[in-house]
Amino acid sequence: MLEQAYYNKADEIIAQHGRTQKALIPVIQDIQANYRYLPAELLSYVAKQLGINEAKAYSVATFYENFSFEAKGKYVIRVCDGTACHVRKSSLILDRLYKELGLSKEKHTTDDMMFTLETVSCLGACGLAPVLTVNDEVYPAMTPEKVSELMKELRGEKA
Amino acid sequence: MRLETRENLKSARASAINKIKKENCRILICAGTGCLAGGSDKIYKKLKEMAKGVEGVTLEFGEEAAHVGVHESGCHGFCEMGPLVRIEPWNYLYIKVKEEDCEEIFNTTIVKGKPVERLMYHQDEMIYKEQENIPFYAKQTRLVLKNCGQINAEDIEEYIAAGGYEALEKALFEMSPNDIVNEITKANLRGRGGGGFQTGYKWKQVASQPEKIRYVVCNGDEGDPGAFMDRSVMEGDPHKMLEGMAIAAYAVGAQEGYIYVRAEYPLAIKRLKIAIEQAEQRGLLGDNILGSGFNFRIHINRGAGAFVCGEGSALTASIEGERGMPRTKPPRTVEQGLFAKPTVLNNVETYANVSMIITNGAKWYQGIGTESSPGTKAFAITGSVNNTGLIEVPMGTTLREIVYDIGGGVKNGAEFKAVQIGGPSGGCLVSNNLDVKLDFDSLKKLGAMIGSGGLVVMDEDTCMVEVARFFMNFTQNESCGKCVPCREGTKRMLEILERIVSGNGTLEDLDLLEELGEAITATALCGLGKSAALPVLSTLKNFREEYVEHVVDKRCKTGTCQAMIKYKINPEACKGCSKCARNCPVNAISGKVKEPFIINGDKCIKCGACIENCSFGAIYTEN
Amino acid sequence: MDYITIDTKRVPIEGENNILSLIRKAGIDLPTFCYHSELSIYGACRMCVVEDDRGRIFASCSEQPRPGMVIYTNTKKIQSYRRLIIELLLSSHCRDCTTCQKNGKCSLQELAYRVGVHAVRFLNNKKKIPLDMSSPSIVRDPNKCILCGDCVRTCDEIQGIGAIDFAFRGSDTQVMPAFNRALSETNCVGCGQCAVVCPTAAISVRTNVTEVWDAITDPAIRVVAQIAPAVRVAIGESFHVARGENSFGKLVAALRVMGFDEIYDTSFAADLTVMEESKELAERLEKSEKLPLFTSCCPGWVKYCENHYPEFTDNISTCRSPQGMFSPLIKDYFKEKDINENKKTIVVSIMPCTAKKGEILRPDNFTDGKQDTDYVITTQEVIRMIKQVGIQFEQLEEEAADMPFAVASGGGTIFGATGGVTEAVLRKLAKDKSYQNLKEISYIGVRGEETVKETTVTLGDREVKIAVVHGLAETGRLLERIKAGEVSYDFVEVMACRRGCIMGGGQPPFAGDRTKKGRMDGLYKADVMSNIRYPDENPVLNHMYQTNIKGKEHKLFHRNIVK
Ligand SMILES: Cc1cc2nc3c(=O)[nH]c(=O)nc-3n(C[C@H](O)[C@H](O)[C@H](O)COP(=O)(O)O)c2cc1C
Ligand code: SF4
Ligand code: SF4
Ligand code: SF4
Ligand code: SF4
Ligand code: SF4
Ligand code: SF4
Ligand code: SF4
Ligand code: SF4
Ligand code: FES
Ligand code: FES
Ligand code: FES
Repeated sequence: MLEQAYYNKADEIIAQHGRTQKALIPVIQDIQANYRYLPAELLSYVAKQLGINEAKAYSVATFYENFSFEAKGKYVIRVCDGTACHVRKSSLILDRLYKELGLSKEKHTTDDMMFTLETVSCLGACGLAPVLTVNDEVYPAMTPEKVSELMKELRGEKA
Repeated sequence: MRLETRENLKSARASAINKIKKENCRILICAGTGCLAGGSDKIYKKLKEMAKGVEGVTLEFGEEAAHVGVHESGCHGFCEMGPLVRIEPWNYLYIKVKEEDCEEIFNTTIVKGKPVERLMYHQDEMIYKEQENIPFYAKQTRLVLKNCGQINAEDIEEYIAAGGYEALEKALFEMSPNDIVNEITKANLRGRGGGGFQTGYKWKQVASQPEKIRYVVCNGDEGDPGAFMDRSVMEGDPHKMLEGMAIAAYAVGAQEGYIYVRAEYPLAIKRLKIAIEQAEQRGLLGDNILGSGFNFRIHINRGAGAFVCGEGSALTASIEGERGMPRTKPPRTVEQGLFAKPTVLNNVETYANVSMIITNGAKWYQGIGTESSPGTKAFAITGSVNNTGLIEVPMGTTLREIVYDIGGGVKNGAEFKAVQIGGPSGGCLVSNNLDVKLDFDSLKKLGAMIGSGGLVVMDEDTCMVEVARFFMNFTQNESCGKCVPCREGTKRMLEILERIVSGNGTLEDLDLLEELGEAITATALCGLGKSAALPVLSTLKNFREEYVEHVVDKRCKTGTCQAMIKYKINPEACKGCSKCARNCPVNAISGKVKEPFIINGDKCIKCGACIENCSFGAIYTEN
Repeated sequence: MDYITIDTKRVPIEGENNILSLIRKAGIDLPTFCYHSELSIYGACRMCVVEDDRGRIFASCSEQPRPGMVIYTNTKKIQSYRRLIIELLLSSHCRDCTTCQKNGKCSLQELAYRVGVHAVRFLNNKKKIPLDMSSPSIVRDPNKCILCGDCVRTCDEIQGIGAIDFAFRGSDTQVMPAFNRALSETNCVGCGQCAVVCPTAAISVRTNVTEVWDAITDPAIRVVAQIAPAVRVAIGESFHVARGENSFGKLVAALRVMGFDEIYDTSFAADLTVMEESKELAERLEKSEKLPLFTSCCPGWVKYCENHYPEFTDNISTCRSPQGMFSPLIKDYFKEKDINENKKTIVVSIMPCTAKKGEILRPDNFTDGKQDTDYVITTQEVIRMIKQVGIQFEQLEEEAADMPFAVASGGGTIFGATGGVTEAVLRKLAKDKSYQNLKEISYIGVRGEETVKETTVTLGDREVKIAVVHGLAETGRLLERIKAGEVSYDFVEVMACRRGCIMGGGQPPFAGDRTKKGRMDGLYKADVMSNIRYPDENPVLNHMYQTNIKGKEHKLFHRNIVK
């Protein structure tokens, strides 16, 4: 069971979007923005409040890539693997991050809950390829070396 | 603040123009995603700070005083050169500006009106002072993107000053809904979202439905990885799109509109929100617009990470709170779209064309571009080309002009190999096609399509098999999973392509790829599946020998496919120190000390450890 | 009249809204997985693709017919696409046909054979997913799912429940309850309608055949069978008996061969239900309380009401279902005999219904804290048992059920179709027991396939308003209207399955329109053929009311509802 505060937050968000099925996605987006993940209990709660079948709500939430039932790390790093970034070797950036963080295609978040690593296809900053974002801040023209430096910086070990 | 009548708008425009005129120097700092990432916000703050310090100069739009205006603009499309700073009235464009450069810019240009040449674009020993003369811009026709980079996207007054909402005004007070539909039809405006469907025809169908509740929806999902023209419009000139939507709504009798923007564009969402708010305050959106009796509201929906939601019926499903799975047609969107009501669905760039057509007339519009595809098209040009970025050219411009004149040719003087057009649903064009006119119909004949307008230039070092694998990986990942050919077929095609790039493909695999590709194209439910195989089929057609090389010779001549790289020891250079052998994780290296060592290619897993460890540079790779 | 041309044959368009229907009308059984005339059009399997005279290829299930179209269903291209689609499906399908529940009755298997897939060129690299055995009614085996979505749409559109839906996307898509919970933890009512439409073994009836064989082969156990009305008109379909023909006598004979000790007709208990339920109706009408009275014989409906409309549970009749009344009666009947013979009686009910497998586990259906019905086996399962023994069903001589529970009125038999319960209750309540009145009651408007049927009868000095509804989505809509005060009734018959138990989740699947009609006609024919038509004229029952069940009515025939 989640603490009551979570449900209050959900109520607040629902109040902004209304109790209809078309509010489902905006509501869970806001919840996810708030907690940086979508607590499963809240999805069930929202479904009930909006009068949607739970199976349907789950179905919608699992369809879209952005929803995650797992808590994310403090820093969410998203590496672009869109066309422009790919042709400028974004895979090397990704490999370096996997190596630096000890993560893999299956494991997205470090055990200390510091970093979550995801890939996206195109952040719309293609002119600066290859790019990555850390909590929505864009880092342009990355190289594996710059990645290592960035990691040091984020870990608080100023290079 | 609220503009109650047409006259109110006219006088608001006059005073906005007046205000801008009073600025005797305008500094526009690009605040697009790209330049922001390069630190343009710091430059903005710094310049603003400095402008404040100058005596007698006001930063706000003062009554009479001469002043300096510092503004955040939208993307100029030249992001690779960013952060960009444009200074009017001289139209100087400074590139790759750093915080440290601000002082010099201020002292030289703002104070003395002189250019800082070292910050200007140069090519072949030529320095280009004015933005408009830079080859990248000189060959473009920027109509849709005209205001991007020239106005402050967060200030509706600047848009109004630039002639904004003139078209809506004309539409509401001088034209009937029918006139508008006819004008758009006559202009032959074709959808920029990929299909090139005639916009006027679409509007006419919606306008003629018996159901009276109708919707106008803007497709800002822009899923093609590598294209960002819609982002630029939404970020750099949001009102142009809103105005187009409002005109569409008036033409088809809708009162409500939705914009579906992909979640990866937070800045676009922010700017759209600001724009809608400002337009509502001015009474340019909302109830009884300009006293005309026409009501129109716009909502924003954020995508949640599904490329397929760019497809019309998936997009409306997503707005309704459903899984974004395309549905079968009929009923078509124009009959039963959003909430099962008649719906106009157009792309961002399509809407951005509308106001120009209304203001200047269909005839004017038809004079641009080609007969069957009038107007301009924005392209995102990336890959192995000297100038990457966002460009806008008349329809019918040749690939050669784009790649060589605007793009500045292939990077590092390499040989041009191909262009992938239209992203994961497009095909490739090869050097034979360089003089093909880019428009909807000519491309269709070549089995390619304009699609989103992504253009990836590839040189001799690009492996076409890997490119095909990349796109297939993308589509397979984005398949909604509803229909069998796309869900299962793309998975199998990807498996085969992965097999080929890892050196395990066979000749039969190539036939199987073709068989799958043809069947998926013919039988898939929606556009995603129907075009998923196109990159593979078109590279197979144009570069079959490369595929054959991969499966028969197990060789990737571009060196892209890691699995086919061969690690070798040069016996001349090897001193026989055995260090490499000791560091090889799979014992692939053997030899006698002090004699040349050799690598057993069958065992080697291409980890590269040996190269790093050889102090004599004796180990090399061969493609 | 407008025509389209299908494989050179001219086919008139008579209101069909998709080309597939016209193709079927032309006598071509085009292979499909995801088209069902009662469900929304989904268009996912792409098996129904056809080619037109301009070489355009499209799915026929979702294309509107336009006069003058020329369509080919079997061109070289179409053949190869269909074959590839099946090959693709098979490539990520667990293909253990020989040990599969659906072996021999599986659409995927049949179509693979029909279109001629000879080899699968791709490797099945899907991870094995565990089965969901949590429901007493159905089993989910996701490894066999082809994602046609038929179950999802049935559960949502027809049953209004939505216990299962798609989850994830692309090649990771699966059908599952929310958070992949066990079905038993969802609002699934066990109606089995999803299993009826599932073309593969991804959702199938949970079987209890092994347990029943174990009991039969145990000499210390007296195995009593009760056969529900709807079984008799469906079982023959699997044995070359004409559709809808009453095979009750043959089934009795088969069960005897198989080793059942006593074989009874559940229609007897249906008469009993009519007696109890009409008494209850009369009482409630008298007191004007807890109206409308809802029928209680369908466990799918009872559970639906509890899950979705708890405010109406008090309105449901306290009567047990016929199965639920019969088993304790049988056990009571054999009580002494069991002690004398040192035997144990167990009741196996043979039902068209998967939800009945759940009903017997409900404590409110227990007598003295004990489960009454030991096993429910569905028509499908009993067919399998017959085949297991190798009985040539169609050649069996008809036999009669065992006394004393072999006597039933036609009113009890028609319980298997929508409107049947109501008609039987009306027969009971009728003062005039003439043949003429029987006919009049049959025309009163409770028969037939319409989803909501309404009628009004006069009982004494009171107008009694009656509604008959089938399919739970329709039921939900009706309940909403009742709640909103738009309609009001005194008596409402609810059957979870469309058309009633003849189309229950345990009946042989893939029944076409003619089979559905055949089953319904079969029941009404059985009614006409029976000697007794009025439930209250069942002599055995009336005798029992005077003797062995006297005073035990409440304990044996009503649910023990704890508040
Ligand atoms: C898989 C898929 C993705 C699409 N993505 C987009 C998109 O991101 N933006 C867009 O405008 N149109 C997209 N389209 C095209 C739309 O379905 C639709 O045709 C278009 O938005 C109509 O607008 P237009 O007539 O102005 O081009 C996509 C189509 C498919 C099949
Ligand atoms: S083609 Fe692909 S994306 Fe489109 S409906 Fe079919 S599975 Fe979904
Ligand atoms: S590349 Fe790695 S595996 Fe291959 S020989 Fe060198 S060290 Fe060994
Ligand atoms: S490390 Fe270099 S020099 Fe030493 S054995 Fe290996 S290849 Fe030869
Ligand atoms: S579901 Fe059908 S195809 Fe699959 S294993 Fe069972 S019988 Fe065979
Ligand atoms: S059908 Fe074929 S695979 Fe199945 S049991 Fe018979 S021989 Fe074996
Ligand atoms: S048994 Fe009935 S309620 Fe349960 S999942 Fe199937 S259709 Fe839905
Ligand atoms: S479980 Fe059966 S009916 Fe449901 S989607 Fe899978 S195959 Fe189709
Ligand atoms: S209608 Fe009949 S078969 Fe269906 S759930 Fe109810 S009792 Fe069972
Ligand atoms: S491809 Fe990476 S930002 Fe567009
Ligand atoms: S973001 Fe500044 S030019 Fe594109
Ligand atoms: S029946 Fe037409 S797609 Fe399945």
